Amino acid sequence: MAKGQKMLRIQFLSFVRKEFYHVLRDKRTLMVLLGLPIVQILLFGFALTSEVKHAKILLLDNAKDVASQSLVTKISASSYFDIQQSVQSYDELEEAFKKGKGACALIIPYNFASDIQHGGGVRLQLIADGSDVNVSKTVVNYLTAITGDFVAAQHPTANLPMHISLNQHMLYNPEMSGSMSFIPGVMALILLILCTTLTAVSIVREKELGTMELLLVSPFKPILVILAKAIPYLTVSIVNFTVILLLSFFVLDMPIRGNLLLLYAEAVLFIIACLSIGLLISNLVKTQLAAMLISMMGTMLPTMIFSGIFFPVENMPILLQAFANLIPARWFYVVVKAVMLKGLGFSVVWKEALVMLGMTVGLLALSLKTFKVRLE
Amino acid sequence: MIGLRNITKTYSKGSVLAVDDVSFFVDKGELFGLIGPDGAGKTSIFRMLTTLLLPTSGSAMVDGYDVANDYKEIRRTVGYMPGKFSLYQDLSVEENLHFFATMFNTSIAENYAMVKDIYEQLAPFKKRRAGALSGGMKQKLALCCALIHKPTVLFLDEPTTGVDVVSRREFWDMLRRLKSQGITILVSTPYMDEAVLCERIALIQKGRILSIDTPQNIVDSFPVALYAAKSDGMNALLSDARAYPHMGSCYAFGEYLHLTLKEGSVEDFSRYLGTKKHSNIEVKSIKPGIEDCFIERMTGN
Repeated sequence: MAKGQKMLRIQFLSFVRKEFYHVLRDKRTLMVLLGLPIVQILLFGFALTSEVKHAKILLLDNAKDVASQSLVTKISASSYFDIQQSVQSYDELEEAFKKGKGACALIIPYNFASDIQHGGGVRLQLIADGSDVNVSKTVVNYLTAITGDFVAAQHPTANLPMHISLNQHMLYNPEMSGSMSFIPGVMALILLILCTTLTAVSIVREKELGTMELLLVSPFKPILVILAKAIPYLTVSIVNFTVILLLSFFVLDMPIRGNLLLLYAEAVLFIIACLSIGLLISNLVKTQLAAMLISMMGTMLPTMIFSGIFFPVENMPILLQAFANLIPARWFYVVVKAVMLKGLGFSVVWKEALVMLGMTVGLLALSLKTFKVRLE
Repeated sequence: MIGLRNITKTYSKGSVLAVDDVSFFVDKGELFGLIGPDGAGKTSIFRMLTTLLLPTSGSAMVDGYDVANDYKEIRRTVGYMPGKFSLYQDLSVEENLHFFATMFNTSIAENYAMVKDIYEQLAPFKKRRAGALSGGMKQKLALCCALIHKPTVLFLDEPTTGVDVVSRREFWDMLRRLKSQGITILVSTPYMDEAVLCERIALIQKGRILSIDTPQNIVDSFPVALYAAKSDGMNALLSDARAYPHMGSCYAFGEYLHLTLKEGSVEDFSRYLGTKKHSNIEVKSIKPGIEDCFIERMTGN
């Protein structure tokens, strides 16, 4: 028995080494493996955000006094706005809007300075281009905040009971930075796609090349192949996860508030769940192309829609919510947000971890069961 | 050692008949050849014997084990070389051999004697990736990998397809040496000239066995006299010969026509050709080869 176990260990290590050779010698694939997460993170972090920066606004300053000048200075100093054009009349304003020169227009009334001095109601008019609701809403929010600040600063001692100002504060993400909510999701998405596709393709490749035929006509155990296949990709994925974390922390200024070890443990669990999906797919298809398509489409699309990364699950019909619970990324996403952004511990995320563990065990068992010991 | 009893294999829910009621037995230490053209069902037979496919009906034994029920035992003891080169192209010669040795719970050192003759020829290239080897070298490496665990039975599916003449000859020499060590070998080939190198052969066509015997007996049992004919205009000769009223079978074979006569003497046939404006006519009696026998059985004459 002891000898048998030793042989099994040697077999396993030999198989793992072989898998590492495959991964490391295919330089092009390796480049994609390691480069893709970097590109995606930077893309999502910088380009694809819902933040509005350098929004073009139009200005109609009817007052042209000291107060209005200093408000305009304050607005243009902010990186959120670029004052595109100063107009002289409403007609001119409408013309500029039609030409799409600005998303929003700020109109400062006559007697702006004296209105402020007297502490009466200060009326500023904001006109937004409703055809782009998302941008306009954000811009209006920003402008409201800035002008509010400005008025308050002009009148530090004034007690203005009739003014009820909303003081919003976004917990954990005070700047409402888009990458904050995107990164955990992108993290889940990248790991999912890479792990699933790679494992599926690597096993199906053995079928296509005919090496699976030789492996089958040997005393090897299916579990051995399945585990040995997973290990190199687990390693690559952990490297990727680290790269993503480093990028998020140093380049995108994401906080890592929770326990790093816990974060890694959860990531490994999620990665293994994804690898198991890949294994399962590899058992069901015969060509690398099919494996690739199924793992990409079959995992990416449901994950995008149902994981809560882009669309809140809470708003979905009950049936779809139930379906969403079957998506591993949904649970991982919650965990990453909780641990990374909120700094919460295992006592809070154990439920999600347990769900992922259950999924992993189930998927592994299923892929072992569907592993074909013959060619058909 | 290997025994098939009424083995039938169909694909696509029975619509494709690949192997049709095949039975044969291979003795221990025998070098047995399955001879037949592409699509004859040779690979299906190999895959059933190596437990990769289940027979649709019938039963087969390898080394005393049933292919359907005892597949694990069979997989431990047999060596298999698939028709398609199936080693890891991105692994070196040495790494491939090492990997397959470990998969069979052994090591290169332990069974080196088994592969020594062959591996010595590969040794200068042992650091080379398998994908960069020549056809002959690939096939030697595949044989090494199939032998490294000292199999009792060796299955070689078209091992010489796509390999040059010299390498083919060397390969058959190797097989004879392996046979002398007591290994049972089942080999398939589409090349009829390789058939005589086997101890016994089964001629197979469209999933059915045409005959099973030693190559000598098969040749000897050719039922009629066989002649070869040649002239300067082979196309005209073929059509004229086929038009001869007493012609049995007639087909082009290299630079000659091979033909049999239903009745009459070969002299009559020569005289007939003489009336047909051919120059340099040569007609001679020849000994049939395996291919002649194959064609004779196939056409059912």
